[in-house]
Amino acid sequence: MKIKDHNELFQEQEYIDQFERKKEFENCPTAEEVQRIAEWTRTAEYRELNFKRQNIKINPAKACQPLGAVFCASGFEGTLPFVQGAQGCVAYFRSHLSRHFKEPMTAVSTSMTEDAAVFGGLNNMLEGLENAYTLYHPKMLAVCTTCMAEVIGDDLNAYIRTAREKGVIPQELPVPFAHTPSFVGSNITGYDNMMKGILTAVTAGRKGEPNGKINIIPGFDTYTGNYREMKRLLDIMEVKHTILADVSDIYDSPNSGEYKLYPGGTPLADAADSINALATIALQKYSTSKTMDYIGKEWSQSAVALPPIGIKNTDRFFEELSKITGKPVPQEIENERGRAVDAMIDSHPYVHGKRFALVGDPDLLLGLISFLLEMGGIPVHVVCTNGDKKFLEDAEAILSESPFGREGKVYTGKDMWHLRSLMFTEPVDFLIGNSYAKFLWRDTGIPLIRLGFPLFDRHHLHRYPIIGYQGALNLVGLIVNTVLDEMDRKTMNTTSFDVIR
Amino acid sequence: MSTAIKETQKMIEEVLDAYPEKAKKDRAKHLAANDPTGQCSTCQVKSNIKSRPGVMTVRGCAYAGAKGVVWGPVKDQITISHGPVGCGQYSWWSRRNYYNGQTGIDTFGTMHITTDFQEKDIVYGGDKNLDAALHELKGLFPLAKSMGILSECPVGLIGDDIEAVSKKAEKEFAMPIVPVRCEGFRGVSQSLGHHIANDTIRDHILGKGLLEKSTPYDVALIGDYNIGGDAWASRKMLEELGLRVIAQWTGDASINEMGIAHKAKVNLVHCYRSMNYICRHMEEQYGIPWTEFNFFGPTKIYQSLRKIASYFDDSIKEKAEKMIEKYKPAMDAVIEEFKPGLEGKRVMLYVGGLRPRHTIGAYEDLGMEVVASGYEFGHSDDYKRTYPEMKEGAVIMDDATLYELEEFTRRLSPDMVGSGIKEKYSYHKLGVPFRQMHSWDYSGPYHGFDGFPVFARDMDMTVNSPTWGLIRRKK
Repeated sequence: MKIKDHNELFQEQEYIDQFERKKEFENCPTAEEVQRIAEWTRTAEYRELNFKRQNIKINPAKACQPLGAVFCASGFEGTLPFVQGAQGCVAYFRSHLSRHFKEPMTAVSTSMTEDAAVFGGLNNMLEGLENAYTLYHPKMLAVCTTCMAEVIGDDLNAYIRTAREKGVIPQELPVPFAHTPSFVGSNITGYDNMMKGILTAVTAGRKGEPNGKINIIPGFDTYTGNYREMKRLLDIMEVKHTILADVSDIYDSPNSGEYKLYPGGTPLADAADSINALATIALQKYSTSKTMDYIGKEWSQSAVALPPIGIKNTDRFFEELSKITGKPVPQEIENERGRAVDAMIDSHPYVHGKRFALVGDPDLLLGLISFLLEMGGIPVHVVCTNGDKKFLEDAEAILSESPFGREGKVYTGKDMWHLRSLMFTEPVDFLIGNSYAKFLWRDTGIPLIRLGFPLFDRHHLHRYPIIGYQGALNLVGLIVNTVLDEMDRKTMNTTSFDVIR
Repeated sequence: MSTAIKETQKMIEEVLDAYPEKAKKDRAKHLAANDPTGQCSTCQVKSNIKSRPGVMTVRGCAYAGAKGVVWGPVKDQITISHGPVGCGQYSWWSRRNYYNGQTGIDTFGTMHITTDFQEKDIVYGGDKNLDAALHELKGLFPLAKSMGILSECPVGLIGDDIEAVSKKAEKEFAMPIVPVRCEGFRGVSQSLGHHIANDTIRDHILGKGLLEKSTPYDVALIGDYNIGGDAWASRKMLEELGLRVIAQWTGDASINEMGIAHKAKVNLVHCYRSMNYICRHMEEQYGIPWTEFNFFGPTKIYQSLRKIASYFDDSIKEKAEKMIEKYKPAMDAVIEEFKPGLEGKRVMLYVGGLRPRHTIGAYEDLGMEVVASGYEFGHSDDYKRTYPEMKEGAVIMDDATLYELEEFTRRLSPDMVGSGIKEKYSYHKLGVPFRQMHSWDYSGPYHGFDGFPVFARDMDMTVNSPTWGLIRRKK
C-alpha cells in the first residue's frame, strides 16, 4: 500500500491550493515584498546592521551551564545528576541529550515552584535527595543548579550539610555540587564547574601513594567514539589510565534487552584515586580550565591540555604522553599515523584551496581549524558564540602559522545569523557545524559538513571518533566525501560527472 | 468493585512500595485502576498538582507550554526567549510545527531568538537591553507582524517590568508586542503556560485582525499545532465539508488569524487542554459556541464530522455523510492492510494533555487495546473524558515518574509504548516497541483521512520491526 507522509503529501496540488487559499486570512506581505527583503538580507548593508546588534542573539551556537554539568556528572559510576531548581530545565537537558545520542538520559529535578522562590529551595532539596536516593539507588548524587536557584541564592553546601544532619541521605553518600548559573558562561563552563566539584569531593583526604596512572579529562566531548578511541590508544601504549567522566557506556550502551539506569561511567574508586596519578591530560582546554587549574595547584600534579584533533595535535599529544610516562609510542600507533597521513595525501586535491566557514564550541573549532590547515583547506569564517578573548588569541595564532590561515577571521560572541551575513557577503565552499547549521545551508546553498553538538538529523555520527589518527582518517572521509557528493550533484548533467575521482 | 479493578489496585500498591512515605502517599493519589462508569470513588486520580522533588517527573514548565506549545508556532511573530540561552536552545524547532513562509524574512518559526541573559542582566535588570533588543529585531526583520517576549525564570524573580517595555515598543512599532509571564517556576507543569499564553492572546491579539467578509460557514481550528502537518490534513477535511477555516491556532498561524477567530461561527477544538481557556472566553465575550472533536482514526473522525456538521445547516450535514461514504473504503483498506499485524496488541500511552485519550480510538480501529494511559499535565476534566474510553481495570497514571513507567511496563508487558523522547530510548533498551507520540517520531500527519494511513503504517513498523528480534537477552 502506497502511503504518503508529510514528505510527499504536502507537495500535492490540493495542498498547494489549500496553502494559497489560506493566505486570504494571513494578511501576509506580497511575494514581491518578501523577495525584496530576502535579497536585502544578503547585502553588505544588512551585514553591517546585523553586526551592530548588541542585545539579542539569533540562532546562537551554545547551550547553558547546567546542561554541561549534568553531562559531566552522568559520566561517573552510579551517578544521578540532581538539579536544584525549576523542573522544566531538567526535562530539556534530558530531551536534548537523548536527541543527540539516541540514548536514555537520567537526571532529577527538585521541581521548585513559586513557594520555593519565596522561601528558598531547602525543602525541595531535602525531599528531592530522599526521593531520588530511595527510588533510584545512586552511588553518588551530583548536584548543580538552574538559574532559578541561583537567582534566589540557594546555598548548596549548607543544604547538603543539612540533608546529612537530618539523615535524609546516608553520611557516606558522596554528594558533590557545583553552582552552575545559566547566565554565566555556557555548557562548557558547566562541565568544568561540575568536574571540579566532583573531583574535589571524591578525592578529599585521598592523597596517598602515586598510582602511576594518567588521568584523561575529555571535556565537553559529545563523541562517544572519542572516548573508546582514547582508551584503545592508551591500552596499545600500555598506559594505565583513568578517564574522568567516561560517558562512553552511558551514551552508547549495548542493547541486551535490559534497561540499566547506570550503564557505566568512571568507577568512583578510580575517580577518588585520580589525585594520586602521574599527570592529568585534558583533551579540551576551554571546558576544563578551572578543573586543570585546581589539579595543578591543589593536587600538585602536572596538568596539561593536549587536544588531539588533526595530525600535529595528535603528534603533540603522543610526544607529551611519552615524556610524562617514559613509554615510547608503539609502532602500531605510528602505523595509524601513516595511514591517516596517506589518506590525507590521497584526498588533498579535493580539499586544497576549498574555503570553509565553521561554527561550534571553542575546543572543537581549534582542532578543526588545525586539521583543515593541514589539508590545505582555508578556514574563512570562524564563529564561536561561547568563545572568549583567550580563544580568539589561540585561534588567530593557529591561523597565522599557516599560509592557508591568512584569510581566516574569528568571531567570538557571534551567532549563526551573523554567520549567515558572512556567508552571503563573502561566500565559502563548505560549512562545518551542528544540525542547526542546516538552515544556513538552506539559505545560502553552501553544503554542510556535520560536526559538533547537537547532531539531531543524522544518525550515529557521534559514534565515530574524530580524535587521534583514526579520528583524522574519519574527518578526511567525512569532508572529502561531502566535497565529492556536492561535485556529483553539481555536474550531474555535464560531462564532468566522473566515475573515478 | 470488580476483580479487574482490584487486581490493578494491588499492582499499583506494589509499585508504590518503593517510595519514601511522604512521596508514596502523594503518588498514590495519582495512580488508579480505571472505572469507565465513574462510580468507583477510589478510581479517580488527582491531577494538576506539584510534582514531588527528585522522583524524575517527565513534566516540563510554563515556558515550555507558552513558548513551545502555544506561541512558538505563530509564524510571523518573533518569539523571543527572554532570559538565559538554554530554554530557547532546547526548545528550538523540536515540536515540528510546520508552516509556510520564508524563514528569517516573513516567518520565524525555526529560529532561536534570545536575549541571552548575562550576570549583569540579573544584577541590573534586563529591561533596558530588552528595549534595545526589540529595536534591533525591528530593524533586521521589517516584515515581522508581532513580537512575543516569553519570560524565563530569572525575569520574574528579579522583578523586571517587561510590560512597560512592551507597551512602549508597541506604540513605537505600531504592532503587537506581547509580554508573556511564563517563567518556568510558575505552576506545576506546561499547563499553566498554556493558560498564560491563552490570556495574552486574549489581551493583545484577539479582536484586532482583519477579515473582510464573513460567511455562515466560518470556523476556527483551535488547538492544532500542525505537528508534521496535522492541521493541514484537518483543514483539508473541514474545507471539503463546506466550511471556511478563517483561523488556524496555532499551527501555521499568522498573527492576523490569531486576531479574527472571534468572528467564527463555531470554534472547533482539537487540543482541549491547551486552548479551552480562550474558547470559553470567546463564548462569554462573543457568544461563539465551541466543540471538541477528534480526528484520530476513522471511527472518531466519522463521529466528529457528524458532530461538527450538526452546528450547521443540512447542506453541511449532507456533505459530512458524503465524505464518510467517500473515504470509508480507503480507511477500510488501511485497516485491512495493517490490522492483521496489530490485532490484539496492547498499548501503553503516556503523553501530554490530549493524546492519551484522543488516540485510543485510532488504536482500536487497528484492533489494538490501550491498557494504560496517562497525562503529563492533564486536569480532572481530561481524566473525566478518559475514563469512559478505557476498559475496566486499565491503569490510569498522572504525572508518572520514570520509575513508575518502568514498573508498569514490567508488570503489564505492553506490545508497544507511546510516549516522549525522554522515555523512548529506555524502551529501546528494554526491547519494547516504542513510538514518540508528541512529535510523531518525525513522521505525520496523524490527523484526518490523510493522517490515519500514516498512523497505521507507523504503528505497524513499530510493533513489527524485525530489529526487536535481534536483541539477545541474558538467559
